[in-house]
Amino acid sequence: MFHWLEKRPFFFAVGVFVVIAFAGLIEILPNFAEASRPVEGLRPYTVLELAGKEVYKKDNCIACHSQLIRPFKAETDRYGQYSLSGEYAYDRPFLWGSKRTGPDLHRVGNYRTTDWHENHMWEPTSVVPGSIMPAYKHQFKNIADLETAYAEAVTVKNVFNVPYGDDIKPGKAAWEAYKPKVLAEAKKIAADMKNKDVKDAVAAGKVPEVVALIAYLNSLGSSRYEAKK
Amino acid sequence: MQSNAALEYDYSVAKLYTYTAILFGFVGMLIGTLIAAQLAFPELNYLFGEYGTFSRLRPLHTNVVIYGFTVSGIFATFYYAAQRVLKVSMAESKFIMFVGKLQFALYLIAATAMVVTELMGITQSKEYAQMEWPLDLLIVVIWVLWGVAMFGLIGIRREKALYISMWYFIACFLGVAMLYLFNNMAVPTYFTSGSLGSIMHSVSMYSGTNDALVQWWWGHNAVAFVFTVPIVGMIYYFLPKESGQAVYSYKLSLLSFWGLMFVYLWAGSHHLLWSTVPDWMQTMGSVFSVVLILPSWGSAINMLLTMKGEWNQLTENPLIKFMVLASTFYMLSTLEGPIQAIKSVNAIAHFTDWIPGHVHDGVLGWVAFMIMAGLFHMAPRMFKREIYSKKLVEAQFWIQTTAVVLYFTSMWIAGITQGMMWRAVDEYGNLMYSFIDTVTVLHPYYAIRALAGVLYVTGFAMFAYNMIKTMTSSRELSEEPQFRSPMA
Repeated sequence: MFHWLEKRPFFFAVGVFVVIAFAGLIEILPNFAEASRPVEGLRPYTVLELAGKEVYKKDNCIACHSQLIRPFKAETDRYGQYSLSGEYAYDRPFLWGSKRTGPDLHRVGNYRTTDWHENHMWEPTSVVPGSIMPAYKHQFKNIADLETAYAEAVTVKNVFNVPYGDDIKPGKAAWEAYKPKVLAEAKKIAADMKNKDVKDAVAAGKVPEVVALIAYLNSLGSSRYEAKK
Repeated sequence: MQSNAALEYDYSVAKLYTYTAILFGFVGMLIGTLIAAQLAFPELNYLFGEYGTFSRLRPLHTNVVIYGFTVSGIFATFYYAAQRVLKVSMAESKFIMFVGKLQFALYLIAATAMVVTELMGITQSKEYAQMEWPLDLLIVVIWVLWGVAMFGLIGIRREKALYISMWYFIACFLGVAMLYLFNNMAVPTYFTSGSLGSIMHSVSMYSGTNDALVQWWWGHNAVAFVFTVPIVGMIYYFLPKESGQAVYSYKLSLLSFWGLMFVYLWAGSHHLLWSTVPDWMQTMGSVFSVVLILPSWGSAINMLLTMKGEWNQLTENPLIKFMVLASTFYMLSTLEGPIQAIKSVNAIAHFTDWIPGHVHDGVLGWVAFMIMAGLFHMAPRMFKREIYSKKLVEAQFWIQTTAVVLYFTSMWIAGITQGMMWRAVDEYGNLMYSFIDTVTVLHPYYAIRALAGVLYVTGFAMFAYNMIKTMTSSRELSEEPQFRSPMA
């Protein structure tokens, strides 16, 4: 049979394809519907938080930080409740990472504050002596791309039925109408910060990357769960 | 149709990819050395402003060595070896020649765009799939062109039976195509939001745990179909050619090939042990990872036994040294991987430096050694000149071997140290170390690893110099060498 195949490239290629595709069909497909359901009470990310997630991706925090707490006592003691599948339902892409050069961040919002993050992003060793993390001072100057974040919210709402309100809809006019809400959220974060350039920029309607990033980091943890009625 | 006249093979496309393999290899390894040094000496993060931080450069390093160096090496060896095992010249078909050159031109554009977008931070943030959707589309075109060239050459071949190396090239083509397409499924937000925001931005078709599953099905099997399959194809061609020995066992080749094809894909979920992926998938990943030792060692043993009775060549020919050590590192790496895939070991190893340690004994010791040996073997035949300096090849071999050993030993120690410290508790059951304790303790190992990087990239510079000299000023050959590559 193998001699026969080796003289017939077409059937050889078909054979290889069937053999390699097999595993994916059996291992990946059956779980698809199950794993994408959100846990009860989980709200989607706000537009500002989505913009922060883009900063997290852009500066590639996953190179050193995971967002996956494994079910071991040493991990739950250090980071809190182990991670559940439904908590990631609105994460596109997933940001679990594969390397912990720094600590896990899946529940960082529960035990770090805006103030702490501001100090840390400006100069990590000021709050964690011995840290080898680089300072991310450019995030205090670069302006976050809120419009793209809004476009993402519109997309996941319309394509994947993520439960956003009726005010998230396509088009320039809808975005202009929505923008004040994002700025109001950014102002709340900036109020807890001390960097003058950041405060001035937010007051002028421009949101520096660090503000969006902090909004995102604060959302990692319990604050994305609506209180039980 | 058959003629006994020797075929004049056309290496113009193989040469182009040889140049880019050398260029991207050097750049990618240089960036790797820089980011290794940044972990030991964080001040090095500020050399290039926001574009020089560890986090921004790390995916650039992986992408340049994977899609720049390794993929160039794969294409170079393919466009060289496929003609020879199929007994057909690229020059016989104007169409295939055009496709090959077009593919190279688009490849160069895509590689440049990859470097630029990643420096800018435009990324999908999926490991080894960072490139955004417009680049993904370009890569699909490049890949299809490769398929056209491959099956075009197969279509006009004179040798009817496909040699083992061709099996692996076909598998590489199909496997990467399938995995790449599914993992990069994304919706560009610009078109669904009424023209808002950046046109480059997209959201993944999958969310959370599903995205993780698809991503590591890709991530793991990118290792399979880029770092393993075509490289095994290379050694099946270059080791017999360089040593003048026939492949030891056809049956072992069969078992290893079909075994590898069937088993490899299942093992992807071993990247997600103890995660929110269902237990049965994790267990499947573990079990199949251990089974994977069989086909992996099958190929490696087949290669080592090919040298049976001819081990004296190991002392005489440095290219044989490279290839034999490459297969040995392949065995080490494919034993280490399954060990890390056992759930209890993974609980310690995952998220630590043991993982990059494992990756690098594979890529430095196996992939890069094999590609460099292949390009060295091709050089006298493509450029019709002998290899510029044997002494330089020997020195390079020992410098780089030392580098690989330093790299993986330091990362083994670092990884296990960190994994143990994360879980250490005192007599009352409280955690003994804060996280930063487990970082500062690694400093000496990070410094050793940076040194390993310096040594390895130095060796690569010697390779580049030797190759360039071979192309331009080495002694010319009057006829093509039979087996052993001539070197001064």
